[in-house]
Amino acid sequence: MLTLSGVGKRYPTGDRALTDIELTLPKGQVMALIGPSGAGKSTLIRCVNRLVEPTQGSIRLEDTELTTLSGHKLRHARRSMGMIFQEYALVDRLTVMENVLSGQLGYVGFWRSFLRRYPQEAVVEAFRLLERVGLTHAIDKRADALSGGQRQRVGIARALLQSPKLLLVDEPTASLDPKTSRQIMRLIRELCAERELAAIINIHDVALAQQFADRIVGLRAGEIVFDGLPSELDSEMLTTIYGEEEWDTTPEPIDDEAANEEPVSPPYARVMSAIEAGAAR
Amino acid sequence: MSEQARQQAARRGEWRRLPMIESPRLRWGLAVGAVVYVLLALASVEVNWARVAEGSARAVNFLGAFIQPDFISRYDDIVAGLLESLTMTLTSTVLGVLLAIPVGLGAARNISPLPIYFVCRAIIAVSRTFQEIIIAILFVVMFGFGPFAGMITLAFATIGFMAKLLAEDIEDLDWRQVEAVRATGASWWQTMNHAVQPQVMPRLIGLSMYRLDINFRESSVIGIVGAGGIGATLNTSLSRYEYDTSAAILLIIIAIVLLCEYSSSHVRRWTQ
Amino acid sequence: MPVSTTPQGQPIWQRRTTRAQWLQYLAWLAGVSLFLLCWKVISDNTMWVFVEDAGRQGADLISRMTPPKWGYANVLWKPMWDTINIATLGTALGIIMAFPVAFLAARNTTPHPLIRSAALMVIVSSRSINSLIWAMLLVTILGPGVLAGIIAIALRSIGFVGKLLYEAIEEIHPTPVEAISATGASRMQVMNYGVLPQVMPAFAGISVYRWDINIRESTVLGLVGAGGIGLQLNASINSLAWDQVSVIFIMIFATVLVSEWVSARVRHAII
Repeated sequence: MLTLSGVGKRYPTGDRALTDIELTLPKGQVMALIGPSGAGKSTLIRCVNRLVEPTQGSIRLEDTELTTLSGHKLRHARRSMGMIFQEYALVDRLTVMENVLSGQLGYVGFWRSFLRRYPQEAVVEAFRLLERVGLTHAIDKRADALSGGQRQRVGIARALLQSPKLLLVDEPTASLDPKTSRQIMRLIRELCAERELAAIINIHDVALAQQFADRIVGLRAGEIVFDGLPSELDSEMLTTIYGEEEWDTTPEPIDDEAANEEPVSPPYARVMSAIEAGAAR
Repeated sequence: MSEQARQQAARRGEWRRLPMIESPRLRWGLAVGAVVYVLLALASVEVNWARVAEGSARAVNFLGAFIQPDFISRYDDIVAGLLESLTMTLTSTVLGVLLAIPVGLGAARNISPLPIYFVCRAIIAVSRTFQEIIIAILFVVMFGFGPFAGMITLAFATIGFMAKLLAEDIEDLDWRQVEAVRATGASWWQTMNHAVQPQVMPRLIGLSMYRLDINFRESSVIGIVGAGGIGATLNTSLSRYEYDTSAAILLIIIAIVLLCEYSSSHVRRWTQ
Repeated sequence: MPVSTTPQGQPIWQRRTTRAQWLQYLAWLAGVSLFLLCWKVISDNTMWVFVEDAGRQGADLISRMTPPKWGYANVLWKPMWDTINIATLGTALGIIMAFPVAFLAARNTTPHPLIRSAALMVIVSSRSINSLIWAMLLVTILGPGVLAGIIAIALRSIGFVGKLLYEAIEEIHPTPVEAISATGASRMQVMNYGVLPQVMPAFAGISVYRWDINIRESTVLGLVGAGGIGLQLNASINSLAWDQVSVIFIMIFATVLVSEWVSARVRHAII
């Protein structure tokens, strides 16, 4: 369904992020993309929906060549690719319902979305998705009032409201504690099965990848070095992907809970403090 | 609508954005109030359309003047005004900052006694409330026409601005550092020099540069009431409808403000 | 190297190297001479006779200003209403224009670098020119009156609001914007969902703060004929009615205090 052939990405600085990627993803397959930080995992999935422009090669989703699309057609194609982010990427000051409904933006016109007049079917579907991820009680809460796991559920609901054929998932668990990580991975897995979605999941936690994916692709320095079943991934292969390490000890999740508790100052903080000081003029 | 009801409605596909103000009476009251105010305010604006029509030709002239600004015919006036403005800006900023330091120290609640605190806060309040131009009127009456009155005006305004920010900075000082220095047996002056100054200094310098910029912009208007500077030249050229000269002066002002901003960002980087 | 050795071989510590020390002295010397030079220019242009007389003039002024002629306050209600209208309508007009300018000027939302420079140019020109100068200009074009004042305030506010707002836009978190783009949203929808909610508090805070400043500025616009209480101020000064001037000052002081309080309250409510 998704075919990447000869895809390469070179940043203007001259760094090669991806080299000659060949990949075919059949319908309904959940593929985990593993590799060390900086191996190009994020770049790869961002090339698929063109948040990053690939510099070489072709990417086809069913019959559509994605690399040459622009404007309206690109937006149209993006609708069928739901994306889930590491930092959830919710809009903090919008409510949960608004965040989920933003998955419909590719389908409704500007004024409808501006006035929040979404079609009835869209709202029904949004509510069903929230029910599915267990957040109906929170529809009017602001996104920044939720816990990390809840936010990721909202992110998933938003991606699914696009009625995608493909899910692009970028480190869904990197900011979550181990238990929530497993719940989120299980949820993604189940939803893919229910809706026959294909998915590319970037993940650096090899244990989670082996447990929840149908297929694993290992990326190292922008090149595919492994492509096979989770069971085929042995410690020798991991050494090829990640470099020398004692692999037989239990793979600990790299991130701890602290990761999602870091306070981020809101974007208006600096301006407001300048105003309070009376310094701006 | 209750939370439950909204969830039920959303299940049926009926969902509206949460209103910003919950109580509908207050929401509508505010909206109606705002509309009534705008209508009343607009009604009180008297426009003499004939005069506007007459003036629109001048507006075109004025915009045209920006394409061909005239630096030459009033060259001497411009240079004299600019020189006055620049000298006024510099001296007033220096004097203002120097005087703002004692006032700022006095207005910091944590290091100054109550009577001094009130006096200093009063100075700050008066200096910040009144526009520079109003203060300039009074000082022109006292000191006579010319740049001296302008300089005193700007220095006074600088005191209010700098002293307030300085006082606030001192009020949120890191007291552990101050106590650490004091614990070594340092005197009051040594404490100021070693614990307070390093914490406050970088911002003080940044703000002084910023104030220099503001003072220049202000110095271009206080000339209107006779306090010297380029404002007087500008005022004259505008009232004579010599728009090409006005345009030249405005362009010079914009260029100098840009230069000030550019150099102040450098100075700030250099001092930190 | 801050630590060096004396000829006797003992280490001495200095805060700066000798060269840096000299450079610093030199900078101070240059600064002080520049200051003295400027002082000289000002003093040459000053009639020192008047300055020496300042104390007596000041005392005279205060004696004429007191007691304030309270009855005059009745004449001032209408001009005060005009002043507040100039500030409020001017601010509203200004922020309506500043809003798109800020989006065009922010590096991450501008459609094209050339448009960005143009928007920055608008912001700089508006900011560099005091509202009083704008007012002088508009009075010669539109004729004296409240309208000139409103537009002057609006033109000055564009730069202020525009600058602070575009800085806020440049500081937004990029991931929500990325996420909204990934849903297939159009450019305007990305602005509406990804950018706007993030800068809304800053926008509201900046606007209210500018309104507060504008109240202050609109009190003097009348000096050049642009309406409001400044007209009365000008008339009273010209007729040397200093006891009326003091009433006007008190009115301005009170209004500014109230507006400052309101704007601080609103800002706290927003966050």
